[in-house]
Amino acid sequence: MRKVYMVSGGITKFVKASPEKNFQLMVKDAFDYAMKDVPKLNKDMIDGCVASYFSDHFARQLMAGIMVQDYLGLCPKPGKRIEGGGATGGLCFQSAYEAVASGRMEVCVAYGFETMSHVETWKGNEFIALASDTNYDYPVGGFYSGYYAMMVVRHMHEFGTTREQLAKVSIKNHRNAYYNPYSQKRMKITVKDVLNSEMVAWPLTRLDICTMSDGAAVCILASEKMAEKLTDKPVLITGVGTGTDAMRMADRPHGNVMLLPHEKASDYKNLKYPGVHSFRAGRAAAKQAYEMAKITNPLKELDVIELHDAYTSSEVQTYEDLGLCKYGEGGKFVEEGYPFLPDIDYGLNLPKQGVLPVNPSGGLIACGHPVGATGLMQAVFMHWQVQGSIKKHFGDDKLQVKNAKRGLIHSHAGTGTYVTATIMERGF
Amino acid sequence: MANGENKKSPKLEETMEGNILYNLDPIIMKYHYEIDYIHSYAQDSPFFAGLVKGKIMGTRCDKCNYGYATPKTHCMQCGSPTKWVEVPLEGKVHTWTTCYFGGEAFLKETPFNLVLVEFEGFDSLFLSRLIGAEQKDIKVGMKVQARFRRKSKFDPTDVYFVPA
Ligand SMILES: [Zn+2]
Repeated sequence: MRKVYMVSGGITKFVKASPEKNFQLMVKDAFDYAMKDVPKLNKDMIDGCVASYFSDHFARQLMAGIMVQDYLGLCPKPGKRIEGGGATGGLCFQSAYEAVASGRMEVCVAYGFETMSHVETWKGNEFIALASDTNYDYPVGGFYSGYYAMMVVRHMHEFGTTREQLAKVSIKNHRNAYYNPYSQKRMKITVKDVLNSEMVAWPLTRLDICTMSDGAAVCILASEKMAEKLTDKPVLITGVGTGTDAMRMADRPHGNVMLLPHEKASDYKNLKYPGVHSFRAGRAAAKQAYEMAKITNPLKELDVIELHDAYTSSEVQTYEDLGLCKYGEGGKFVEEGYPFLPDIDYGLNLPKQGVLPVNPSGGLIACGHPVGATGLMQAVFMHWQVQGSIKKHFGDDKLQVKNAKRGLIHSHAGTGTYVTATIMERGF
Repeated sequence: MANGENKKSPKLEETMEGNILYNLDPIIMKYHYEIDYIHSYAQDSPFFAGLVKGKIMGTRCDKCNYGYATPKTHCMQCGSPTKWVEVPLEGKVHTWTTCYFGGEAFLKETPFNLVLVEFEGFDSLFLSRLIGAEQKDIKVGMKVQARFRRKSKFDPTDVYFVPA
């Protein structure tokens, strides 16, 4: 396979509703931003595209992808749509990677969007719940926050994880968002605020959960030859991994942990895995990406992570899947401060503050989750982190992880059915 | 033109059906959409038929003996066909939550409890509602008992659980 670089990215600010712009125009805005960042690139040099959006229900439009392709003026170039629930963006990014790695394309555009404001919030929750087995799960009370709540209740039972630990993820992500102009929820909150916020599904409150949004994001990927021409700050994609698991949580096996190089079977003697407390797909994705990027100790070898924090609980569960700590230690990992940024005052006592910043952007919790755009948003933020260009794009370098050379992005679909992990490194 | 003088000019029929507008700039309006599906439970039909008879029908793999408390008609482990078997009507709460909100279809039922139930001799779990217990009463590991609707809906809510 050939080397693949990300050369540019763009996003719209994610918002609760953007009735003044349809999905075509939102993508166009993000696309124009990305094109402006690499002025040597013109449309003729683009070989094709991959479209990312999750829901035909939200769009009220089949084949919305082609409507973006024509609006961008990219017909009759190759194009297709990728769909995999919440991981749609991550899967789309990897599909564009494959197009370039295989030699089929020199330059491939990954674009994504979602327009979730087209229905009322609780109708939206119903649509999302249709991404659970509609024979066995949905009719019982289909509600994603309920599904994730059940998963974290088991995590708490298995490992002693606490609501206070989850709340610290919320504090971190809302606080980081203060310095991200693309975020929509900037809040200085305390553990108490999170615990006392309105209960949605025990133990998850409104401040533990991301919000549905409208938004778009675009990533431009290129071969080595083209990346050299287009930018002096290319970002090399050194690892891609994708995992899957059964749709029904009830069907998840209770077997042995899939070990990473720095773990031993004896670490997990009595643990039945993944059960419903962990995401086997996330572990599988990480394992492949680490093997490809030759990472053996992710906590030491990664500088920054943007991961899929649809829930504070799933961020904690994901620390473990990614092997940043052992299974069961995710709560302690956040409590001790590892995933916080080093130079921000969170109002918490964090002895290990800033060891490996996770979601410096504020993540889904503070930026929002317009599904098809989300995984690409993470790639755009990571691109800027690894380029060292956060200040240029945010107007402030408070969120720039110093000397960030290698980062991981992580995209995740409903209850851990599809998960992607992608490693991005400084290519200059 | 000369002929046209005798004819009415063509016109679309005017109707009283209009749209509900929420905003003019940009124009935001209501769009209604509804559909009836012709849905088959196909090879899973014995499960739904079982609920009507007060049984939870699961499956078991002939080859590797993996027990599915929520049926799979082929084994996820080894790919062999499974056979239908009855799941015990008493199990334990593997995990749970109380939903204070929900999808629109379920909002009127909130708060409600969801449980994943584990059964002796079965490897996979079963998603259901737990009735007759409040959030403070529910614990992982508590024993629960299946009950069935008298008027079946032919969906998985025909069975629900209560504290045993
Ligand atoms: Zn089998």
